[in-house]
Amino acid sequence: MTWAPANPLWLTGAVAVWLALWALNIGLSRRATRAARVAVPLLFGAALVLLWEGIVRAYQVQAVILPAPSVIARTFAGSTAMLWADFVQTVVKGALSGFVIGVAAAFAVAILIDRSPFLQRGLLPVGNFVAALPIVGLAPILVMWFGFDWQSKAAVVVVMVFFPVLINLVAGLQASERMQRDLMATWGAGYWQSMLKLRLPAAMPFIFNGLKIATTLALIGAIVAEFFGSPIVGMGFRISAEVGRLGLDVVWAEIVVAALAGSVLYGAIALVERWVTFWHPSQRH
Amino acid sequence: MRNAFPIFTVLCAILAIWYAGSVWMNSTWVFDQATRNGQTVTWGQVIPLTMAQDRPLLPPPHQVAENLWKGIAGQAVTSKRSLVYHGFVTFRGTMAGFALGIVFGVGMAMAIVRFRVMDQSVMPWAIISQTIPIVALAPMILTVSNQIGIETKEVPKAVISAYLSFFPVLVSMVKGLRAPDHMQLDLLKTYGASEGQTFWKLRLPASLPYFFASLKVAVAAALIGTIVGELPSGAIEGLGARMLIGSQFGEPLIMWAALFAAAILAGLLIVLVGLVERLANRRMGVGA
Repeated sequence: MTWAPANPLWLTGAVAVWLALWALNIGLSRRATRAARVAVPLLFGAALVLLWEGIVRAYQVQAVILPAPSVIARTFAGSTAMLWADFVQTVVKGALSGFVIGVAAAFAVAILIDRSPFLQRGLLPVGNFVAALPIVGLAPILVMWFGFDWQSKAAVVVVMVFFPVLINLVAGLQASERMQRDLMATWGAGYWQSMLKLRLPAAMPFIFNGLKIATTLALIGAIVAEFFGSPIVGMGFRISAEVGRLGLDVVWAEIVVAALAGSVLYGAIALVERWVTFWHPSQRH
Repeated sequence: MRNAFPIFTVLCAILAIWYAGSVWMNSTWVFDQATRNGQTVTWGQVIPLTMAQDRPLLPPPHQVAENLWKGIAGQAVTSKRSLVYHGFVTFRGTMAGFALGIVFGVGMAMAIVRFRVMDQSVMPWAIISQTIPIVALAPMILTVSNQIGIETKEVPKAVISAYLSFFPVLVSMVKGLRAPDHMQLDLLKTYGASEGQTFWKLRLPASLPYFFASLKVAVAAALIGTIVGELPSGAIEGLGARMLIGSQFGEPLIMWAALFAAAILAGLLIVLVGLVERLANRRMGVGA
C-alpha cells in the first residue's frame, strides 16, 4: 500500500465533507438547544462513516481488510433472514434468557444476604472478588456441561451477570438513610413493607447501574460461549466462520447487529431508569 | 479482621458445595461404567471413584489444586506446559493493553474537558462503543492485523484489551478533571494563571483520586480483553489459549487449572493496582 491514493477525488471529497461537518459541529455545539445536542453526535457519526467510505474507495482497500460501509450495508440488506436467525439464537435465546435468570438469582441472593448480617460480611467480599475475575473463562466448561445449543450460552450469561448485579443490589439496599428506616419502624412497617416502600425504591439507581453493566456482559458472554461450540446458527458462530472464509462484509454486518442489539438493550434500560428514578438528582436536567 | 470468620465460613461452604457437586456430576460416569460391566456399585464405592477421574465433568477442588500446582511449580518456567509461562504471556498482553487504554482514555478525557465540541460529539459514541460486544470484533481484529502484515499476536491482543480498559479511565477522568469547583477556578483566574497552569496545578491533581479509582476496573477489563483476544486466535500461548486447548482436546483439568491461574493473576493485578493507589494517595496527602 502506498500513500498516494488511487482515487484522489474520493479522498479530498471525504476530507472536505469531514472538515465541513466538523466546522458545523463546532458552531452547533455553542448552542445549548436540545436539537443541537442530538444533532452534534449524529453528524459526527455520519462524518466518520463518510470518511471511512472515502478512504476505502480512495486507496482501493481490499474487502478482506476493511469493506466500505456501502458494501456492508448491501450485505446487511441482502441477508436479513440469516442475520435475524442469528440474532434470535444469540440475543433472544442466549443472552436475554440468561440475563433474566441471572438478575432474578441476584435478587434472591441479595435478599438472603440482606436478612443475615453474617452472610453480608462473608459473601460480599467474596462476591466483590469474583466480580473482578475473568468469568468468561467459564465458557468452555459450561459449554461442556450444557451442550452446544443456547442453554449453555444462557448459563454463561447467568454467571457473568450475577455478580455485578448482586454487588450493586446489596450496596443499593443500604442506600436508604437511618432516619428513613427508623421512620418506617415507628409506623410499624414489617420487613417486606419497608423493603417495598422504602428500600427498593432507594436502591433503584444502584440496581439500574448494575443492570446497565449486565447488558453488555450478557452479549459478550453469549457471543464468547459460541466460540467454544454452537449449532450452525448464532452471531458468534457466524463471526468465527466468516472470518475463516475472509467474508468480512458478513462479519461487519453481524457487528452492526451486535451494536444495535447492545445499544437498544442499554437504551431500553436507561429509559426505564429515567421513568423509575425520576426523583434522582442525575435525572433532573 | 472481624470479617475473617464469615469469609472463611463462606469459603468452606463453597468448597463443600463444590465437592458435593463433583460427586453428583461425576457419579453418572461411574454408574455408566458399572452397568456396562454388569456390576452394581454402592455409594461408598462411587465416591472415591468420582474423586480421581482423568476427565471429570467437575473436578473436585483438590484435583484442580494439584493440577494448578503441577502447572505452576512442577515445570521449568520456560516450558510450554508451565502455567507461569502462559500466565506471563497473558500478563504482558494485559499490561500492554492497560497502558494503551490509560493513554487513550486520559488523552480523550483531556480533549473532551477542553473542547465543548469534542464533549458533544465524541462522548455519546464512546458510550455506544461499549455497548458493542468487543468479542464480536476480536476475531476480525486478529485476521486483519495479520493481513496488513503484523505478525505478532501481541498487537491485536493489546488493541482488544485497550478497547475494554479505556472506557472506565475516560469516564472517571472526565469527572475528575471537572471536579474543581468554580471558586477554585476563579481563584486561579485571579492569580492570572494560564490555561496550562490551571491544568497542571489544579485540574490534574484534583483528578488523581478518580484516576486511581478507575484503574482497578480498567485492569480487570484489560485482563478479560486479553483472555478473549487469545481465544479465537489459534494462539498457542497465554491462559486463554490454554483454556481453548483444554476445551478442544476434552481435557477439563487443563481448563480448570488455566481458569484458576487466570483468577490468581486477576487477584495479583488488583492487589498491585491497589498498592499503587495507596502509595499515590499517601503522596497526595489523602487519608492516613
